[in-house]
Amino acid sequence: MGQVISLTIVLLVFWLTLSGHYTTFLITAGVISAVAIALLAYRMDISDREGHPIHLGLASITYWPWLVWQIILSALNVTRIIINPNLPISPTLTRVTMTQKTDVARVTYANSITLTPGTISVDVEGDEILVHAITSDNASDLEAGDMDRRCTRFEGKV
Amino acid sequence: MDAALYFLSWALLAGGGFFCVVGAVGILRMPDAFTRLHAASIIDTLGVGMIIAGLMVQSGLTLTTARLGIILVLVFFTSPVASHAIARSMRHRNVKPVLSEDRTGEGS
Repeated sequence: MGQVISLTIVLLVFWLTLSGHYTTFLITAGVISAVAIALLAYRMDISDREGHPIHLGLASITYWPWLVWQIILSALNVTRIIINPNLPISPTLTRVTMTQKTDVARVTYANSITLTPGTISVDVEGDEILVHAITSDNASDLEAGDMDRRCTRFEGKV
Repeated sequence: MDAALYFLSWALLAGGGFFCVVGAVGILRMPDAFTRLHAASIIDTLGVGMIIAGLMVQSGLTLTTARLGIILVLVFFTSPVASHAIARSMRHRNVKPVLSEDRTGEGS
């Protein structure tokens, strides 16, 4: 039931943010829509920890700023490669092991790899992600496992 | 608007534009589709991110800023999914990437 209530609140805030017109009719319509969708999601059994991972909210406060910083660093790195007249790339295909247990954390890890310029997660095979990296250094950085550990910690703070 | 904020917004928008151009140049210069995806991800992240941040500074503490934030989160969640879908479909169609090193042990 806690999931239903938090989903209702999130949907209502989303409605109010997008609407911007605070008349009685529109707010009432928003409340009715939010409650109806939350109840529908509850009946369809999709408002679980995977469909509405509100429990990760606190952990994302520390994980996302770190991820944004990594994105900026590696985007500048790839920018230097593109601007360099010699185009110093050494494309590498590698496998990294993921230590996360839940699907949400695994998706977060794979998405973080892809979102960081210089590495793309190509395929998932069991506990391993096939990664294409633009330089062998990028591949080695990922194999070192810092991002994997942070994702696991992100998952652990439930 | 405050001159400092105006300058900050201008710098962010110009920087975002710069990274979009860099990404586009990268797409042209890279040798194969996998490496081109890397160049494109600069546009998705720093390009879009800095342009939206610049627009947020322009609009100040209003609802528009909150909506721009929602757009930024949407792009940050969907663009890796699109990149991954392209890379995965290339692999499943046996498009061989140009590699200088293969650590998977499959051979090429």
